Amino acid sequence: MKTLAELQAIRDRARAQVELRRDDAGTRVVVGMATCGIAAGARPVMLRFVEEINKRALKDVAVSQTGCIGMCRLEPMVEIYTPGAEKVTYVKVTPEMVGRIVAEHIVNGSIVAEYTIGAAEGK
Amino acid sequence: MELYRAHVLVCGGTGCTSSGSAALIERFDRLLADNGLAKEIKIVRTGCFGLCEAGPIVIVYPEGTFYSRVKVEDVDEIVSEHLIKGRPVRRLIHSDTASPTAPTSLNHIQFYEKQRRVALRNCGVIDPENIDEYIAFDGYQALAKALTEMTPEGVIDQMKKSGLRGRGGGGFPTGLKWEFAYKSKSKQKYVCCNADEGDPGAFMDRSVLEGDPHAVLEAMAIAGYAIGANEGWIYVRAEYPIAVKRLNIAIEQARAYNLLGENIFGTDFSFNINIRLGAGAFVCGEETALMASIEGRRGEPRPRPPFPAVKGLFDSPTILNNVETYANVCQIILNGADWFASMGAEKSKGTKVFALGGKINNTGLVEIEMGTPLREIIFDIGGGIPGGKAFKAVQTGGPSGGCIPSSLIDTPIEYDSLIAIGSMMGSGGMIVMDEDNCMVDIARFFLDFTVDESCGKCPPCRIGTRRMLEILERIVEGKGEEGDIEKLETLAKNIKATALCGLGQTAPNPVLSTLRYFRDEYEAHIKEKRCPAGHCQALLRYTINEKCVGCTACAKACPVQCISGKVKERHAIDQSRCVKCGQCQAKCRFGAVERG
Repeated sequence: MKTLAELQAIRDRARAQVELRRDDAGTRVVVGMATCGIAAGARPVMLRFVEEINKRALKDVAVSQTGCIGMCRLEPMVEIYTPGAEKVTYVKVTPEMVGRIVAEHIVNGSIVAEYTIGAAEGK
Repeated sequence: MELYRAHVLVCGGTGCTSSGSAALIERFDRLLADNGLAKEIKIVRTGCFGLCEAGPIVIVYPEGTFYSRVKVEDVDEIVSEHLIKGRPVRRLIHSDTASPTAPTSLNHIQFYEKQRRVALRNCGVIDPENIDEYIAFDGYQALAKALTEMTPEGVIDQMKKSGLRGRGGGGFPTGLKWEFAYKSKSKQKYVCCNADEGDPGAFMDRSVLEGDPHAVLEAMAIAGYAIGANEGWIYVRAEYPIAVKRLNIAIEQARAYNLLGENIFGTDFSFNINIRLGAGAFVCGEETALMASIEGRRGEPRPRPPFPAVKGLFDSPTILNNVETYANVCQIILNGADWFASMGAEKSKGTKVFALGGKINNTGLVEIEMGTPLREIIFDIGGGIPGGKAFKAVQTGGPSGGCIPSSLIDTPIEYDSLIAIGSMMGSGGMIVMDEDNCMVDIARFFLDFTVDESCGKCPPCRIGTRRMLEILERIVEGKGEEGDIEKLETLAKNIKATALCGLGQTAPNPVLSTLRYFRDEYEAHIKEKRCPAGHCQALLRYTINEKCVGCTACAKACPVQCISGKVKERHAIDQSRCVKCGQCQAKCRFGAVERG
């Protein structure tokens, strides 16, 4: 360790790894992974989320799973919780949709309306 | 840098390791590999979470789900249900409330809710064998700040302002200690860490070393910078193999990053740390004995002055602080003295870690703000006394401390308030006693310990404590005589006044404090040959009452055949041959065997 900057670099790199364990975790991506979700293909969706978040080196984002919330016909469902905002529910999510959700919603803060439950039910 | 979607934290402290956490980690590793989850989910072996009673403990993040008493068989369910399907396994979630819906996050468990973790902040959160995780939680930032932004005087000034006092038991102001060593002129100075934790039932330091070893190393380096020392020594018990192993790993990793070594952060400050293993002698926790032991001499204390700050290790100015004291240092440097001084009571700042043991539901490690009443620790955090028994007393300060009776349970935990009631803060052992504990026997137990551990250098401790122990042994055997209490008091007074070191000077404390609050128990033993708690075997009497139906079960169970009587007739116990083993009472189905 020659300089302070090196310590900061290690900290920034390492912090991403332990972000999950901090109390102030920011955005949470919750994937429905009950039997219905898994059967509908939730696993590849979740893996794609992890992959995208990794690729973009996003901080303060956690991916976790939840059980069935009762609308099995709309699985795979993904809910995104952001501090201070109402949760957003995406339905019938495919791995292909994940890139847009991450880029537009998580990074830029604009909800991808056409993938949300409101759009799906409105049809 | 891989991102994991979940972290499974498995406690690798001594408590959970002995309840089988290593096997859990193996099983997790295997199942994650089998299910192709190894790249998504990370298994972390951490230090102690504090709730050792309920171990082994597993925590799953990001949810913070708190599983307790996890068995190897349960791992399969956690993986298939929680990790794959996201459904926490309810039956394994720890619950310390009567509520039907157990809280799923550890933040809402009563045991933790009332705690404030400063010294233990990283224990159970980081992987202690990975320096990067320590750095991620602001590790080595305090050292960087001290070296690049602060002068040694500035560091000492912050320590003084913070009001931090020694956590090893004495309660000496840490900043002042550093200042004395700073002012001693010498080419060579030393920073020592006292990790010779020897009080029966105390394991605060062990948990810090196991869970957050870098915090101690970093603080020692800061202390070295403050007093002008470039070498540190950690004196740690060889009985703490996990702590020793993690300290060695931590030192190696810190050296590799040049956070220990030459020219740290490009400054001209250099600092190295050595480890010396203690062989388990209690007296080596005393500062001069500890330094003698590091030097390779017999672990015996010497008279002071000169104090170590003037003439310590290898005759050079030395500071010696306890592990927990060091665990607070980095936080004080980072957050400022005012932040630290805002916690706790007027003359006792910050927090204190206690090892809760004895007759208490939540055996384990707790960290509370100074000034918290004892009641809160025992009943709210500790979960009260098992089996619905009545709380009788709590022993703090180990063999140097005293017993606090239930009438004083609302006493706030502070250095001075505890001394005022005849006990002391001590290093943090807290042994809870219920109605079945005999206070005379407790005093005998602690004195037995100090007699055993006396190094023998000074007569008051070597001979005086032994005489006291002999009297106590007589009393619990029912051979106490009038005047014994007065003899104990005279001996205690003289030993306190004349013993060479802290071990001897405080050895009579357990006797004095039990005499102060439970004199009637001593008198009952001596005058009535009766143990009010029904604990002292020699004073027990088993008798058979009229409820006896003559089933002969007791007579068959008696190992010395001292129970006689015909079938279907009331039996009798021959008191002269009875060994008071209690087998007869355990066997009797009619409640006919009485103990008194």
